[in-house]
Amino acid sequence: MEKKKFDWKAITSSREMSLVIVLILLCAFVQIRNQSFLTGGTMEEMFRNYAVTFILALGMMCVLLTGGIDISIGSTLAFSGMAAALLMRDYVISTPVSFLVSIAIGAGLGLVIGLVISKGKVPPIVCTLGFMNIYRGLTYLIAHSQWVAAYQFTDSFKNFALTKYLGLGLVNNMIAVTIYIYIIFYIVMKWTTVGRRVYAVGSNAEAAAVSGINIDNVKIGVYTLMGLLCGLGGALWTSLYKSAQGDMATGIEMDVIAACVVGGVSLTGGRGSVVGVMLGSLTIAIIGKALPLIGVSQFWQNGIKGLIILAAVILNVLAQRTMDKNNLKRREM
Amino acid sequence: MATKSGRTIIAEQKFSWKIFFLKWEWLLVILFIGINLMNANLSQYYLSGEGLLNATNSFLEKAFVALPMAYILVLGDIDISVGSTACLSAVMLAYCYNLGVPMGACVLICLLTGTICGAVNGLILTRFTELAPMIVTLGTQILFRGIAEAMLGDEARGGLSTVKWFSDLYWGKLGIVPIMLLCFIICAAVFAFVLHKTCFGRRLYAIGANKLAAEYAGIKVQQIRMIVFTLTGTFAAVTAVFLAARMGSTRADIATGYEMEAIAMAVLGGFSTDGGKGNFPGLVLAIFIVGMLRYGLGLINIPSQLMLVVIGALLIVTVMLPNIRSMVKIQKKAA
Repeated sequence: MEKKKFDWKAITSSREMSLVIVLILLCAFVQIRNQSFLTGGTMEEMFRNYAVTFILALGMMCVLLTGGIDISIGSTLAFSGMAAALLMRDYVISTPVSFLVSIAIGAGLGLVIGLVISKGKVPPIVCTLGFMNIYRGLTYLIAHSQWVAAYQFTDSFKNFALTKYLGLGLVNNMIAVTIYIYIIFYIVMKWTTVGRRVYAVGSNAEAAAVSGINIDNVKIGVYTLMGLLCGLGGALWTSLYKSAQGDMATGIEMDVIAACVVGGVSLTGGRGSVVGVMLGSLTIAIIGKALPLIGVSQFWQNGIKGLIILAAVILNVLAQRTMDKNNLKRREM
Repeated sequence: MATKSGRTIIAEQKFSWKIFFLKWEWLLVILFIGINLMNANLSQYYLSGEGLLNATNSFLEKAFVALPMAYILVLGDIDISVGSTACLSAVMLAYCYNLGVPMGACVLICLLTGTICGAVNGLILTRFTELAPMIVTLGTQILFRGIAEAMLGDEARGGLSTVKWFSDLYWGKLGIVPIMLLCFIICAAVFAFVLHKTCFGRRLYAIGANKLAAEYAGIKVQQIRMIVFTLTGTFAAVTAVFLAARMGSTRADIATGYEMEAIAMAVLGGFSTDGGKGNFPGLVLAIFIVGMLRYGLGLINIPSQLMLVVIGALLIVTVMLPNIRSMVKIQKKAA
């Protein structure tokens, strides 16, 4: 759905265009094997189930743009989602309030990570590795290792993932939230000072500092934003699966990082676009949804996913090399 | 010796007690003593010689992979596929054993599998030097785990404990010293020697400190990276052997998260993820700190979730402490 909206932009960049071609081929292949793939129902289900991955990939893009990384997102998501679910169980708060609580908690957790990284000068991977353990442990502790089950949620919360009021009656709420966030990010990252600052810090931190950008604040900002999106993801996750468990979203960080990298975000910072991230997430979602549809055993899925990720990044490098070579040739003439 | 500019270049730093005691390792030593005191207070049985030796068995199998991980961190690289490599190697071992291959050959196959996995990482990383090691090993992490899953599905392959010498690798003892502890001491000594006393080790530091300069100095950077990544695969398989010996069976979901534990141990031991830093005494201390802390908290039935919190906090605080100290110093100077 979002793809159509941004397709004309993607054409301007060949890197994203190649990904689009791969995606089309992938979809065509799956469609030939199983006719039910490119239908409204399957697509809606796919976008609904992967909405959280889509959203988190945006936050991860910002973190990667500054040259950092955040592998604690699964735990942050679990903690904020669990905290909001527990509040709903014990105090019966309304749906919007529970979303706000989850988002606020997530932002708080992200702020802590940002402070430790920027002020404590701890390398991002080490810091988020530590917080991955801490937040996951705390999730179990606040819940006393119990679940919050479906009957303990209010009906309006459970129905959030099923109804369409945010999508103006056209698309599911989950998808609508995803689309809104993508539009906001597209505008902010491309046309506002805030967005350009994130790119500036990532491509050359020293130059950015000299030109008056407070690097620490930008870093704190992106990790807080990441946490905020995790909080939102936590609420969406609990409402989608109608339960909150201590081990929810374990390992989602790998999916999200993979989505970003397949989408062309550089791990060394400064490179990446919202459209690319969307295509990358779409790739991950399609792989996850299509493999069972064409009869691949679920035990083969990880192997194939790993292969596709490796192939995507290697192809990306090869494409870049030929592009550089061609540019060089043109200059010689 | 005095140069023309009047500056003196001292080849060897003068020994100073202040610098000696401000080393990172002392922080670890203090932590180590503190944790052992705490454990001794918690349980009166803790401080018996045999009990201490047995305690090492509860965590050392993971420590094998922390040794080459330290090399990788010195290079400024990272490898998050070691858990999956260990899993695939262990699955290979059990798979072949159940096909009727003798156990000795199975162990060799296991080690070979790990080596191949490591070599795959190394090959991709050295052929495509633009790629960040994080993303390549993320891909292989999923891939290796996927192959293991494809081989076993959700079954378990067992019966490994029927071979006496194999389960003795983990459970056996020479006198009162567990065999695994002996193996670990030997491996750690060799790794430490190579890193600190050989050309190869110094080259690792050179690459970690400045890859480009190292290359200009004639060091074959990519060749060394290839060796180190392959070595990491091999040692992930060593971990797999001990793990299989411990459990007597394997599944496709074992050794999950080992990469993070290995990285945490190495970082706690003073190895920086930026490369070029760290030494082995620190690493060994860190391995025992994390292990003994787990063991001690286990003695008093601390829930494993709380243990996660404690170990995560320990990692962050110890890495942050020296930074805060230097920050305060800078502020003092500025004032």
